[in-house]
Amino acid sequence: MIEEIITSGRMNPEIDPVLHVWGWEIPFYLFLGGISAGILIFSAYFTLRNRQDELPVAVKWMPIAVPFLIGIGLISLLLDLSHVLYAWQLFTNIRWESPMSWGAWTLMIITPLSIAWVAIWLEDIFPNWDWKFDEVKTIIEWLKAQRRILAQVLILLSIILGMYTGILLSAFNARPFWNTSILGPLFLTSGLSASAALISYFSKSEVEKRLFTRIDIILIGIELFMIIHLFMGHLAGTQVHIQAAQMFLGGAFTVQFWVFVVGLGLVLPVVLEILELKHKYIPAIVPVVLIVAGNLMLRFIVVNAGQASRWLY
Amino acid sequence: MRYAMAVDTLKCVGCNDCVVACQTENDVPIGHCRDWIIEKTTGTYPNLQLEIRSERCNHCANAPCVRTCPTEASHYAEGGIVLVEENECIGCKACITSCPYDARYIHPEGYIDKCTFCIHRVEKGQNPACVSVCPTHAMIFGDLDDPNSDISRAMATRKWKSLIPEAGTDPKVFYLI
Repeated sequence: MIEEIITSGRMNPEIDPVLHVWGWEIPFYLFLGGISAGILIFSAYFTLRNRQDELPVAVKWMPIAVPFLIGIGLISLLLDLSHVLYAWQLFTNIRWESPMSWGAWTLMIITPLSIAWVAIWLEDIFPNWDWKFDEVKTIIEWLKAQRRILAQVLILLSIILGMYTGILLSAFNARPFWNTSILGPLFLTSGLSASAALISYFSKSEVEKRLFTRIDIILIGIELFMIIHLFMGHLAGTQVHIQAAQMFLGGAFTVQFWVFVVGLGLVLPVVLEILELKHKYIPAIVPVVLIVAGNLMLRFIVVNAGQASRWLY
Repeated sequence: MRYAMAVDTLKCVGCNDCVVACQTENDVPIGHCRDWIIEKTTGTYPNLQLEIRSERCNHCANAPCVRTCPTEASHYAEGGIVLVEENECIGCKACITSCPYDARYIHPEGYIDKCTFCIHRVEKGQNPACVSVCPTHAMIFGDLDDPNSDISRAMATRKWKSLIPEAGTDPKVFYLI
């Protein structure tokens, strides 16, 4: 074996010896962005299918959380910026090659749209709701008339929001672990799965609960399939990609990933959900907490592992 | 015009003069560096081989940092020099995570900073500070489009390599071997 010893004179803070420029802010935002996207996709999709009265929690109630989730996500994004007073520069440029740029623009458009989407349903959920001003009433009536168009736009933007959180990472070609386009669909699916679990937890109707439990089981199945493909892709890649995969196959991230994300965050809740569908008694809070915690953990581990993986030369 | 740099690994002794010259010339904050020395020892004792390199931003022609920057703060200047416009930088660190050479750092004032090939000197016809102080003349700076430049001649007559060309970055710092 040929040994190599590399001595570096560089010791830039947060860069050396292991890159760690992103702390909790980015994975936390990715988590909130994913759940927001999932909630909006379900709400808009079932509106287009005209099932709003059958599935009230999914269509009308859950979107209320979205503007708050996005708001908290935006705050954590701003906390991450080291030159935050110049953040407005994001909106003086459109850079198609930079996922961070179109992510910023998507958020800029989807935030007001999600508020409009909540406003459309408020009178349905709270019968005594009064908008007080005639101008506002006119706007809400107009928005209601555009409900289907708004739903279509929301589905498109939410898919972009859910996907870009993963694509953002895969565009950084210096970090081999992130260099896989499957991260986009994986994050989208995991966001959808967490929101399906939340909907089924908060729902009071048996039809809605069972529908979203079934949807969640399918989504978790897809997630497991994508995780296997992620590693297959890396293992069939170059030396640096193989090394990146090995961080999860015996390396530093093995236990936290396979035990907490895959075991407790995907496999156990899916088993519990199947038992639930078979009318076994499972406390409803258990699968949803496991899924949401697994979701958060997945993003933390992916962000940290990506920063720990690198090209060697 | 395509600016490039070549570092002669057979002449570099790793004295760190380039590092200090850069820090002085560019007022690099303490504890940070825009260029640095790498010593790579290959083999097992007693059969060892040593390579010493002075490294910095590679001013890639296909720079991932420029591609992923959401605000155009990272951009190509004249001659392909990759620069950061500090008043456009929001400090999102996308460029840091996309650089396979880890050549960038967060300036204590918040913006992202890196080697500029001493563009302020180059514009006056001078060499970058690191090149001009090198006691063994191990570094050559010049224009690759000019076949008579020192760097073009060195690249034509010597064997050379660049760092991680397989990352697809088309780096413009070369190592004569």
